Amino acid sequence: MPGESESGFGERAFDPNKRVEWLLGDGPDADVVLSSRVRLARNLAGFPFITRAKRTDMQQVLDLCRDRLAHIGLCEDPPAEPGARRLEAEAALGLGRSLGLDAGTPAWVDLHRSTELEAKLLAERHLISAQHASGQVCKRRTTDEPRGVAVAQPGERVSVMVNEEDHLRIQAVRSGLRLEEALQIANEADDRLEGGLDLAFSPRFGYLTACPTNVGTGVRLSVMLHLPGLRMTGEIDKVRRAAADMGLALRGSAGEGSEALGDLYQLSNQTTLGKSEQMLLRELSEEVLPPVVRYERHARSVLLEQRRIRLEDAVHRAVGTLCNARLVSLDESMNALSLVRLGIAAGLIGPRESESSVLQLLLLVQPAHLQHTLGAALGQEARKAARATLLRERLGSVLLG
Amino acid sequence: MLCHHCNERDATIHEVVIHDGQRAERHLCERCARQLGVVGGAKPGQETPEMHGPTRPLINACDSCGLTYAEFKDLELLGCPRCYAAFERQLSGLLERTHEGGTHHVGKVPRRALDSSRSGRSLDEVLGDQAEREARLSQLREQLDDAVRSEHYERAGRIRDEIRRISGMSGAARVDQPEAEGGRSDAG
Repeated sequence: MPGESESGFGERAFDPNKRVEWLLGDGPDADVVLSSRVRLARNLAGFPFITRAKRTDMQQVLDLCRDRLAHIGLCEDPPAEPGARRLEAEAALGLGRSLGLDAGTPAWVDLHRSTELEAKLLAERHLISAQHASGQVCKRRTTDEPRGVAVAQPGERVSVMVNEEDHLRIQAVRSGLRLEEALQIANEADDRLEGGLDLAFSPRFGYLTACPTNVGTGVRLSVMLHLPGLRMTGEIDKVRRAAADMGLALRGSAGEGSEALGDLYQLSNQTTLGKSEQMLLRELSEEVLPPVVRYERHARSVLLEQRRIRLEDAVHRAVGTLCNARLVSLDESMNALSLVRLGIAAGLIGPRESESSVLQLLLLVQPAHLQHTLGAALGQEARKAARATLLRERLGSVLLG
Repeated sequence: MLCHHCNERDATIHEVVIHDGQRAERHLCERCARQLGVVGGAKPGQETPEMHGPTRPLINACDSCGLTYAEFKDLELLGCPRCYAAFERQLSGLLERTHEGGTHHVGKVPRRALDSSRSGRSLDEVLGDQAEREARLSQLREQLDDAVRSEHYERAGRIRDEIRRISGMSGAARVDQPEAEGGRSDAG
């Protein structure tokens, strides 16, 4: 929002609670639109894309981008010698000690030097893609090849992946329906990066990207929607069809090919060539999203007025599971947390303030976060038990008083 | 655009024949074009059609990074920024289908590219939304004609909807004017 510095970055204070922006649950229409995200795909002129890049090309791209990112204050200064990087990155991120990010400066992580768990933790926080975490962006690449991510504070609102499918993937996120603000932040980061990097651009095709589906603006505007009402009234497909008609994609919360765990859906543009960022922004935030928000609120009120006992039953069963079960899978926990959030919003359970604990738990129940919190690698069964314990401890007091 | 002969693959060969002052166009994929003798081994004695574009040999590999079009099809990723120029003709149909008929970039331009054009115009002037709508509309209209002429009615319908939507944007609803935050939350 205006007033919180120009656009959120450059500010070096870390959020002490280590909450992530996209799970804050505030901002306009946050009951339905949990967060708004803008991604820009950019490549350096004169370098091959990831498919044809040699290891040395990747290292050069990484060094160029990292220097520029440090120059504009989007990550800490690179160390004098490469060998010191991992230590610095770890120190900056505090990955070995606390959850994710706790240092006072923007951070940089060399992913090819990170452990699998560290990389997954960043993916769960939506700072990097699952492919970037594993290094398998395309079948020719391996996990030890140079790639990284810069993360700026507060709230991890801006992150820049280097050597993902494109040389640069700039990402900005805001809670609630604030796509315009997220676009502004991403654009500012892009402008500053471009001030010292020569980007691949053609007047006809726009920003040139490894995959032709991103060429042009290279922009993806997306929102994360919480749609338990439409799922329960069986009307999700309506949204899906409407989205497809508008050239938009509705996916599960973790991106391409993923399921809609916790009733979380991602809605984003598919077209990047022939439409400006502003036009896409207008289509999404003025044409597409207002009716979706309306449908979801309508579905929730229908449930509350006409099927109240069923809704109450579902919500209280979810509370029962979260506060009593001894083994809870990821899917079960996310779906139950979704119902609990719905129940709180509808005034059926808990104090309103408990919503933030519920949202924070959506992150803490993820496998890498769970193992990180406990400081140990756990098998599936042990994870289920640890998850159940965490949920009982964190939710029991909040919901049951 | 689909091949007029098989209606399955992308038309990459575009043939224009002028016979007795009559102009005729054929749009074919590479395989059908070869089958029909439009490219490759035209039989001797056969009339050689006057060809535009296809007289240049199809580029098989990007001269900058060496990626072949077949490799691109396999990986679904290009090899370098220059691939766009190298495979421009092959990519055109694919891009049009992927981007709802979009064929040319509209939107942000790197400051460097803008400076180098030395037009002296500001970013807003170059990317004014009015100009954008007009350009997009005239492009869509051409595509609509094309779709109707080739009897792709489903596609024509989609283009028509898009035209309607864009034309419906009034001057008052300029895309660069942010809506007040409060207005949005009242939507429900």
